[in-house]
Amino acid sequence: MDFGFTDDQREIQRTARELLADRARPDKVREHAEAGTSDEALWTELSELGWPGIALGEDHGGQGLGRIELSILCEELGRSLAPVPFLPSVMAGTLIEQAGSHAQQERWLGGLASGETVGALGELVGGAAELVIGAPEAQVIVLIEEGRTARVLAAEEAEVEPIASIDSTRSTARVSAPEDAGEPLEGDVAAGVDRALVAVSSELVGVSDRALEMTVAYVKERRQFGVSVGSYQAVSHRCAQMLLDTEKARSTAAFAAWTADADPERLPEAAAMAKAAASDAGREVTSSAIQAHGGIGFTWEADVHWLYKRAQLDAALLGGAKVQRAHLAAILAERSALGVA
Amino acid sequence: MDLTFSPQETAFRDELRAWLADNPPDPKPADGGDDAQYAWRRDWQRRLYEGGWAAPQWPTEYGGRGSTSTESAIYFEEIGRARVPMPANILGTLLGGPTLMLWGTPEQKERYLAPILSAEEIWCQGFSEPDAGSDLAALKTRAVKDGDEWVVTGQKVWTSGAQYATWCMLVARTDTEAAKHKGLTYFLMNMNQDAIQVRPLRQITGEAEFNELFIEEARIPDANIVGGVGNGWKVALTTLMNERAGLGFSLQIRMRQLLDDLIAIAADRGLLDNPLYADELAELHVRCESIRLLAWKGLTDAERYGQPGPEGSLVKWLWSDTNQRLTQLAVDIVGPEALTANTGWSYEQLRARGNTIEGGTTEVLKNIVAERVLGLPRLKVAV
Repeated sequence: MDFGFTDDQREIQRTARELLADRARPDKVREHAEAGTSDEALWTELSELGWPGIALGEDHGGQGLGRIELSILCEELGRSLAPVPFLPSVMAGTLIEQAGSHAQQERWLGGLASGETVGALGELVGGAAELVIGAPEAQVIVLIEEGRTARVLAAEEAEVEPIASIDSTRSTARVSAPEDAGEPLEGDVAAGVDRALVAVSSELVGVSDRALEMTVAYVKERRQFGVSVGSYQAVSHRCAQMLLDTEKARSTAAFAAWTADADPERLPEAAAMAKAAASDAGREVTSSAIQAHGGIGFTWEADVHWLYKRAQLDAALLGGAKVQRAHLAAILAERSALGVA
Repeated sequence: MDLTFSPQETAFRDELRAWLADNPPDPKPADGGDDAQYAWRRDWQRRLYEGGWAAPQWPTEYGGRGSTSTESAIYFEEIGRARVPMPANILGTLLGGPTLMLWGTPEQKERYLAPILSAEEIWCQGFSEPDAGSDLAALKTRAVKDGDEWVVTGQKVWTSGAQYATWCMLVARTDTEAAKHKGLTYFLMNMNQDAIQVRPLRQITGEAEFNELFIEEARIPDANIVGGVGNGWKVALTTLMNERAGLGFSLQIRMRQLLDDLIAIAADRGLLDNPLYADELAELHVRCESIRLLAWKGLTDAERYGQPGPEGSLVKWLWSDTNQRLTQLAVDIVGPEALTANTGWSYEQLRARGNTIEGGTTEVLKNIVAERVLGLPRLKVAV
């Protein structure tokens, strides 16, 4: 039983954090968010480092590392809010690798692994997928329906209508396509969706972690009535709650990433737990961050709102906490009916 | 990261499981009150002792198995899973023994450790006082030197098992001039003296797990000082740090079982199809699993870095809050039975109210997290 990262994993985490602290500084993120642009230079650099293909198989041009390593990168990118289409690309790659045919994998995974191809993943509801992250930049789009069936489309086969979301650190679009467009993914779509849920959950852990870090720094520094506001328990206990929520999300996300590689039978349950905990944490922690920043937290100038907005979109992505808990309850009911606890 | 047990750990678990299956405790006594229940728990510890399972985490030289901290966690999980009674002398094996191993003289170790393990001598903990709860160092019980003895006068509270105990881990003030944390000394006080009155404290459940101690000139020989005169705060911290170390693994498994029972009842009554109940039960499931993961993560950190991470306080906080939510939901799912006196569910619900107070209130845990983990400025209070 060992809950810690390996030395290699810690090294990935350390280098990712250092690189992003330099390349995705808050002022740079703000510049791109206000202009509505991606950081193409950063995407090229991350691609050269092999980040987009970290968890894709080596036979597809990836690094063949595990889901834990991918989660580490998702968390760091969440912390920094780097304006790059990393999450949508790895989610699309995951679906194609898990559920795609050999030919589909051959066609798409090399480019997704190298970062030359950008991917996106959307969920069709009533004929269209709304707010598909990264879709305006994507060359390949995976559309899932009811979590169980999926199609892969070249971007030109789909209708992609850019629509700005509240999170302007990333591009979003409404995607629709004729029913016969693209190709179905015939394999285990649910296995891909569960792994995508883990990636989103890890990004939410990073967002929460950063929101807590900024808040703690702020309430230490901000003085009222002659003392740091962080010395008031109404404020410090709120911060403690933010840590509890973040750690609850972190532990379940880490468990889910581990099951994806080591114990896939438990993945459906673990992924739903992780996404439920991380969606709640992301929304609660970033809301608390705005509150603890006081008036300044409500201004465009303070950076906490970018985290809040990112958390809102990620929390809703592939089903929010309530959807995940409904899924979990179904798993529990089934288990209870079988008489196994 | 590897969340599986090693072959050695699995072998340890299987050996313990097999032993527990072959050596079930007697059924819980139906009547006879607290005394009969205590005798039952004492008998159970004697059997654990004879089987070599009273405290596997103790070093072999003191009668344990020298188990690793992972094996120790497995031990407490399995004890919880098997639904066997809590051994009678848990305060001795979990707190008193380890404190003596670190601070005791060779003579003290020789004299006291073996009878702790066999439950021949029960230990209790005399720390809290009516005016010294969360602020333990404010305690007022005095010990005054008289020849080669100390004369103790004062009052202690929340003392579990005092009516059955031979020895009390007592922290008393030996220097009224010194600073609050510095004038304290840690004693082993013999409970068999007329100068000590034990009065049971009846709880909201109706039972009396705890007692008040009224101490009027009790006598303690010099030889029963642990860790030296004036060093009591440091020794007491050793005891307190051990407080939650293992027990947490038993508590989280018991809560897991309670939740599984509740899910089964909900399923039986068709309530898992009701989204309101389904949502809350699923949230409790996420919390239970996350508590278990955080507890194991805390253990990993302790092994790697030599000290536990922030998880200890978080686990206790989340566990106590979750147990209250769970037992409250049980009233909605189970119905009148959960409000009927002396049923399992009504007991669990009432007992859970103590969870956010005992072993560090949630308010104090939040302070600890805010100050020691997040580094927020300490609240300015009168010292």
